[in-house]
Amino acid sequence: MTDRRPKIVGFCCERHGMDAVVMAARSGKQSDASVRLVQVPCTGRVDGLHILKALEDGADAVFVLGCLEKNCYYDTGSIEGRKRVAYVKQMLSEAGIEKERVEMFNAASTNAWAYPEAVAKMVEVARKLGPIGGGERQ
Amino acid sequence: MIVAKRKPINEIAEMLAPYKKVTVVGCRSCVAICLAGGEKEVKMLVSALKVKNKKDGKKQQIEGFVVERQCEKEWIKEVEEKVLESDVTLSMACSLGAQTIGDMYPSHLTFPGLNTGMFGVPEEQGVWSEKCVGCGNCIIHTTGGICPIARCAKSMLNGPCGGSSNRKCEVNLEVDCAWAAIYDRLKIQNRLDLIDKVTPAKDWSTSHSGGRRVYVREDAKLTPHQKKGREGVQ
Ligand code: SF4
Ligand code: SF4
Repeated sequence: MTDRRPKIVGFCCERHGMDAVVMAARSGKQSDASVRLVQVPCTGRVDGLHILKALEDGADAVFVLGCLEKNCYYDTGSIEGRKRVAYVKQMLSEAGIEKERVEMFNAASTNAWAYPEAVAKMVEVARKLGPIGGGERQ
Repeated sequence: MIVAKRKPINEIAEMLAPYKKVTVVGCRSCVAICLAGGEKEVKMLVSALKVKNKKDGKKQQIEGFVVERQCEKEWIKEVEEKVLESDVTLSMACSLGAQTIGDMYPSHLTFPGLNTGMFGVPEEQGVWSEKCVGCGNCIIHTTGGICPIARCAKSMLNGPCGGSSNRKCEVNLEVDCAWAAIYDRLKIQNRLDLIDKVTPAKDWSTSHSGGRRVYVREDAKLTPHQKKGREGVQ
């Protein structure tokens, strides 16, 4: 067992999602996981293909962080994000891959806890499942 | 348009398992509109298969392409090289596309990535419904523009049957009774007298029951002389 930090990719909307990330940083919350954050204009911009590509290219887990559903800056963007995540989960299940590797989270700008909580959940999943196809596990 | 659905990924992976080099070919026509086999769907399937192979520790080269219309030979020529250099081609078009590739390269393996389902229309975003089964002798001018063959579970020509209840079909209570819909439509059109008319048994020889159908337009066909000329140009 080598000391491997889980590789996590987060797609985060530049509105409430990023605000929540900044809030978390200001309140000094940190995570040991190597999270690669990809800022998108809106979670409605996140395509299922982006999520799959992240997994294909080495991510152990991928999450999407957007506005609260009834408070989305672009009205229905985070609903679209949720639907895309659900479809990728379906594809993963069909392929025999753990669907928990992909998750959707929502946050309001002021939710300092939202981003660290999302990361913690994905770290837990990544630690439990390890990299796709085995390899080094923590 | 032709409406199809992607086969489950594990089923596709199983079909492709014995082969090292896979070419996936989508189609930009009907199956792109019904979100089954267009460019996006090809890319997502290729990616999902790669993730699956990674999980299973399996080495396989998979590449995806898309053509304008896979049921026409001219478009397939664009990906000919990619098809022939692979061990197997997975068609993400309807079966017409898969069979066209298969007919063009008979010794090459071409497998279906989609289940071809029906002649249907988009009812709303993400919903497609069957409207015609291609019987070869259309009668919808007598049924208010609604096809009883495709939309009635029993393809009744003189409906509704005794099981129609509360506008729903007895075969499946989720499904609207086609003949209730026909009645409503004829009523709007002030043609309810048509409901009383008895339609005689249909001649099904124009349908698939008469065997494989081939339609020919003599005026559009090329003469041997014209064919020779075309070959010369190519
Ligand atoms: S009557 Fe025949 S051709 Fe007309 S819509 Fe029905 S199945 Fe299609
Ligand atoms: S209930 Fe209506 S749709 Fe169903 S079989 Fe009878 S006539 Fe056809």
